[in-house]
This record gives sequence, structure tokens and C-alpha cells, in this order.
Amino acid sequence: MHPIFLTIMKRLGLSVLTLFIVSVIIFSTVEFLPGDFGQAILGQAALPDTVAAFRRELGLDLPLHVRYFDWMGGVLTGDLGTSFSGRGTQGLDNSRPVIDLIAPRLSNTLFLASFTALIAIPLSLFLGITTALYRNSIYDRTVNTITLTTISFPEFFVAYLLVLIFASFYKVFPSLANISPDMPLGELIYRSALPALTLTLVIVAHMMRMTRAAIINLLANPYIEMAEFKGLSRVRIILHHALPNAWAPIVNVIAMNLAYLVVGVVIVEVVFVYPGIGQLMIDAVTARDIPVIQGCVMFFAVTYILLNLFADIISIITNPRLLHPR
Amino acid sequence: MMQDINKLEQMYKAGAISRREFMKRSAAIGMVLAGSGIMAAGSAQAAPKKGGRLRQGIGNGATTDSLDPGTHNQGFTHNLVCSYANSLTEVDGEGNLIPELAESYEGSVDAKTWIFKLRKGIEFHNGKTLTTDDVLASINFHRGKNSKSVVKELLNPIESIRKDGNNTIVFELKSGSADFPFLMSDYHIPILPEKDGRLDWAAGIGTGGYILQNYEPGVRAEFKRNPNYWKPGRAHFDEVENIAILDATARQNAIMNGDVDVINTVDPKIVHLLTRVPNLKILEVAGLLHYTFPMRVNVKPFDNPDLRMAIKLSVNRQEMVKKILSGHGTLGNDHPISASNRHHASNLPQRAYDPEKAKYFLKKSGMEGVNLQLSASDVAFAGAVDAALLLKASAAKIGVNIDVVQEPKDGYWSNVWNKKPWCTARSRGRATTDWMLSLLYIRDQKWNDTAWREGPEVDRFNELVEIARTELDEAKRKALYVEAQTILHNHGGAVIPMFANHIMALSKKIGHDKAISGNAESDGNKSAERWWFV
Repeated sequence: MHPIFLTIMKRLGLSVLTLFIVSVIIFSTVEFLPGDFGQAILGQAALPDTVAAFRRELGLDLPLHVRYFDWMGGVLTGDLGTSFSGRGTQGLDNSRPVIDLIAPRLSNTLFLASFTALIAIPLSLFLGITTALYRNSIYDRTVNTITLTTISFPEFFVAYLLVLIFASFYKVFPSLANISPDMPLGELIYRSALPALTLTLVIVAHMMRMTRAAIINLLANPYIEMAEFKGLSRVRIILHHALPNAWAPIVNVIAMNLAYLVVGVVIVEVVFVYPGIGQLMIDAVTARDIPVIQGCVMFFAVTYILLNLFADIISIITNPRLLHPR
Repeated sequence: MMQDINKLEQMYKAGAISRREFMKRSAAIGMVLAGSGIMAAGSAQAAPKKGGRLRQGIGNGATTDSLDPGTHNQGFTHNLVCSYANSLTEVDGEGNLIPELAESYEGSVDAKTWIFKLRKGIEFHNGKTLTTDDVLASINFHRGKNSKSVVKELLNPIESIRKDGNNTIVFELKSGSADFPFLMSDYHIPILPEKDGRLDWAAGIGTGGYILQNYEPGVRAEFKRNPNYWKPGRAHFDEVENIAILDATARQNAIMNGDVDVINTVDPKIVHLLTRVPNLKILEVAGLLHYTFPMRVNVKPFDNPDLRMAIKLSVNRQEMVKKILSGHGTLGNDHPISASNRHHASNLPQRAYDPEKAKYFLKKSGMEGVNLQLSASDVAFAGAVDAALLLKASAAKIGVNIDVVQEPKDGYWSNVWNKKPWCTARSRGRATTDWMLSLLYIRDQKWNDTAWREGPEVDRFNELVEIARTELDEAKRKALYVEAQTILHNHGGAVIPMFANHIMALSKKIGHDKAISGNAESDGNKSAERWWFV
């Protein structure tokens, strides 16, 4: 069996264990939060007997482990359960399956993440390679200063700044990115331009500087010196000799940033009123809607695990020493 | 009330009263129209025109919302219901009750039996004709042992409901209630279609001016005009889109950049900045919303009436209105009846910050140097923690040490309010005096957040509320309520320092009637039905 295949299998096995631990932690954490769904959803209007009625109906009066294994059993058969909300106050049950709640938000989030990634990854690779190529030049310093500045500002500040410039002063883009699934692609891109731009500014520095550092780090190696002695151009040295060996750290940083784009952009969602999964999760936590919280968290964990796995595989493939271990 | 306003307007225009005086007096009758309407004479008077797509930015809404009217607890769902459905009665822009789906209503002499006649020939959006069965289902939905509706308690006074013929509904109440028809205007009780003996709320079908096209809870709701709307002169927009914009800054950006036409709440701190935006107008209405500091009188040391009085006297109300509401509100007088209410005790002297008198009462209570804890969170109202700190500072001067405990926002209403001895709270107010007092101050009410249940004053107060409930003579009724307010003012457990105005920002393209309801934001949340593009 090929060693890569073996590694993937091992990693996937460990992932399942990780997911299990994550689910236990989240389930018990939510339990420690004060209040429950009935109280949270009724707010100031919650009366003891209405809360008790909710609790009975949702099975919240059952012990923790019973509820956990109930839920786990559902997940194992591919059923994430039903949201607590949407249940009628009397009779009718209009609650939605967790998957129906998560799916549209998730597709919005993935759209924004891919849109941003399509701009940010090529841009940071380009900037990283060129700054390594012309290191310590004015160009290098300018790019470093700008990207470090944008990463140092909090996201919401960058967001408000972009709104001020591109929505208030020059009405290029809308300040509300409240997209809906039935919009054509052009409209989607137009509406999500400002959030994508904000996120790009926030993540470019990290990836670009890692690319630059990884390449520069390699430039001191004897084989690079050899290439220089052979009279190769700097461009060729960097692209053909340095870059292939630098992929491992770069890909890891890219994976981390991609994961951030999927799970950590709630502030940008709030500022631009973007209907992503972050706001869904916050709403679910506020309302103690445990099935939805669990669904979101499971999805976040899977994202992290898969992206890390992907990064590791790329590092292994690009590194013959790892590909053919002795 | 409209006459009062017209009179004031004439006086103002004739120069008989100053602008300040005009604002003050019009606020007293429930109307402040800053930068619009009378003050900027213009759009408000133009005749309604049909057409256009209204986009409203609404400051709340969550993914957990649903169409179930029994769970509705904030502005997004409130506005939603008022756009696609109607109730039996309606509170108009001037605060008067008018019939809506009911053609007329009539109470018996003891106000125990109420007969509602239903309008004929009204159709739901799906073509079904409105019948008494729909009304019964819509009201019974909130009642009964298994109900989880937030208005279950409110409808408790109903003994039975029955239909009498094809368009008459008879309510029998457990005891008389002169204001009962007001309850039927509550936005939790829209009249929705009945299906197989049950209320069919999930379809989102009503009799309202707009047909619900698309609803994504916590994100948006879209409507188109109901071509068969029965109410003349209402529902002017072709389409309406409500967008949940939770972040105050995002809301402000959206209205400034023209991404929405209305935002239903504006942070008082930025009102003066928004007035500078040329295409916007600020709509400000003195409403029923008030901020409170309820002391639970069954807990030491708040059981001491002199200490309570000392605290009430050590609140600097002027400063609070100025700093917490940036001036966009009115002074509270330690009772929950707003100046716009016809039963407001206007002769009751306004309680002012009086350190000397406060010290006297503190000495009388024998609790000089007492340490108190005040639980605060901005969930209660925007600026609640700051208000608590202002109170701490002014109380320190008379020798009361207040420790402001910042409580977590999460679960505040279930774990702090109505539980901790002293906290920050708010009430959106209610359309009638009886409703307001019965909801939070009468003895047996679970929401009696001051736990004000014992003593001769409490007995008298409860008696007054009960008598007034069935008193149909308006003058006698007012006298009863004035006495009730006076008792609360002097003996109650709540410090009520201020009433907050509803502040909205509108595009100048929007026209509206002169009288804007102070019942809730966005013209009592009937903006889609009542406003238009000029």
C-alpha cells in the first residue's frame, strides 16, 4: 500500500475521534450556559409553566447522557436532528431539520470563502514570490508595510473603512451584502465585493509573508548557491529550485486561512449583513438551540480537519523525503 | 388629541409659543415630529401615492424566529405580522382604538361581555373568506393548558368565547374589563386562517395589505401588495422588503448609502449626526417605552420604604435623559404611565434630584452608609450600565454605596430580571393603563418585578386597578388611575427615571400621516401599511 494512502487512512481515523471529542465538549459546554431554549426564546416573557412545557416537549427534562446518545445515534445515521425553533406554541410543529437551516447559510459562507480565496491566494503567492525576488527593495518594503498595516487593523475597522470609501464616498458597491440564493452570479459577486475585499486584506499578509519567508529561508542553502553558480536567472532559481521545497509551510498557512474564512468571519458577516453560517451559530447559541449549535460545530470541526489533512498531503507529495520514507 | 395638536401647531406658527414650548407640549400629547412633519412642513402632508419597493432595515430578528405568533417577541416579527395580517382592532396614529377586522364592538354595562361584529366579505390571501371560526381559532390558539404562547397570561381574563351567527363573536370575561378591545389589537393575536379545527399559522397567510412572498428568519422577509386589500387608503407600496440589520453601525451605513429606505431604530448618540445627511429625515415619537430600576420590596433592605424614597430622590433624572438618551426622551415620575396616555397623572409633581430630602429619608430609614448591589446589563436597555453608574455617583453623595454588578447579557431576562433584588429593566409599555398596570404591578402577576405584594398601599392600589377596570365613566376612571399612579410614585418599588422616544431614520422620499403611533417603532410597526413614497 502506498504510504500516502496509509497516512490518509490513519488521519481520517483520528479525525473521527477528534469529532467525537469535539461533540462531547460542545454538548456539555452548552449545558453549562445559563438558561435553556424555552427561557431564551421567550425572553422577558418567559413564565415558569410555559418554559416547563417547552422543556417537556423538547425532551430537555431528560438526563444529559440520554440526550447526547440520542443525538449521536441520529448523526451516525446521517440525521443532524431538528431545530428547537419553529415549533408551534400550540399543536402545529413547523420546526426545520438542522440540515435545512445550515445548508443555505453554508453555501453563502462557502461562496464568500471561495470568492475571497480566489483573490487572496494568487495575490499573496504573487506578492510573496516577488518580494522574495526583490527583497529589501523599496517594493518589498512597501508591500510589507501595507499588508502588515491591513492585518493589524481589526476586521471591522477595515470593513467600515471600505464602506466609507466604496459605498459612501464613491458609490461603487452596496454596503449591504444581503445576498439571496436566487441572485445571478454577477449580482452575487457585486454584492459580496466589499466583504470579500475586507477578508482579503485581513488574510493576505499572513500568507504572503509566509511565502516570502519560506523562500528566503531556502535561498541560503548550498543547492541554491550551486544554481547561482550555474548562472541561472533569479526568477528560475526561485520558481524551480526554491518554491518546490517551500510548499509545505505555505500550504499549511493557506489551509489555516481558508479554515478561518469558513468558520471565523462572523464580524464581517455582521458588518455587511451577510447571511453566513457565523450569524446562524450565534443565534443558535443565544437561543440554546442545541441541535443547530452541534450541527455548526461539527461542520466547523470537519472543515478544520479536512483542510489540515489536505495541507499535510500536499506537503508530503511535494517533499520526496516524506513521500518515500526510509 | 388631533385637535390639541392642530391648536398647538397654530400657536407655534403664529408665534404664540416658542419652538421649545411647542416641542414640549406636543411631546406631552404623544407627538414629537422632529425634523419632519410640522417642523419641516413638507413630505408628511403630501397625498399618498401608490408604487415602489420599500426596504426597511430592522434592528432585530434571529434565525430562531418563526411565523408562530405565540413566539413573537421583537420588532422584526411584529412588523412582519402587521404587514401580512390584521387583528380585530387597531391602535391608530393618535393612540385611539379603531375597529380593524371587527366592524364594531360593544361591551355590556359591567364590561364583562364583549360582542365583536366581524366585517363581511373579507378574504385571506388564498381566497378563503374570513369567518368567525378563523377568529375563534386565532384566539384559542394562545389559550389553554398546553399553550406556550407569550400572551397566554394576557388572555387569561377570558372565560369563554363563542360565535353567535355568522359574523358575531361573544367574549365572556371572568371579570369586567373596559379596555378589553385594546387587547385584541395586540400583534401577538393576528387573525389567521383556521384549517381542520386548528390555526394554520405556518402558511404565512393573512388578510393584510401585503402577501408574504419569502421569509428567511433572521435575514429577510419579502412581500408584494395584496391587490384585494379590503382597507381603503392603506398599503401603498408595490413591494416591501424587511432586512434584519442587527448592528447599529451597519444600519446607519445602510440608510446613509441608500441601501434601505427606513431604519426602525437609531442610536440616540448619533441622531444629531444623521440629521446632517441631506436625503434623510429623523422621525421621533414620544412613546410608551420606559426604563426602570425595579427594587424587590420583599428583600432586605428594599423592604424599607424610607430607603426606597431616599433612592428615588437621589436619581438625577435630568442627567440620565441627557446622557443616556442624549436628550431623546422625557422624565419619568416613578410610575409607568407615559405623558401621552390620557390617564397620565399630570398634576403629580415631577420628582427631582433632591440630595437634602434624600438624606432626610435615608436618616429616617436608619441605613446611612448602606451597601447595595445593582445588577445591570445593556440587554435591559442601551446604556443601562452607564445609567446604573450615574445612579451610583449621585447616590454616593447622600451616603448610599451602590455596587454596580455587570451581569451577562445571555440569559439576563431569565436569571437576573425578576430575581435579583435590584436590577435594570425596561418595559415597552402597553396601549392602555389597565394593561400596563396589570402586567407588571398588580399583586398576583408573575411579572410583578418589584414583588410589591404586601401592605395597605398595595391593597389600595390593587383595589383601584380592579375598580377602574370596570369603570366606564371616563372622568371617574381617570381619578382612580391618578390615585393609583400616586401610590406607585410614593410607595412602589420601581425607580422609573425616563421614557425613551422611538427614533427612526427615513429617506425623504417617504411620506406618512401627521400622527405617528408611539405604540411601537415604525408607526406602531404598521409602516408598510401606512407609509408611501411621495
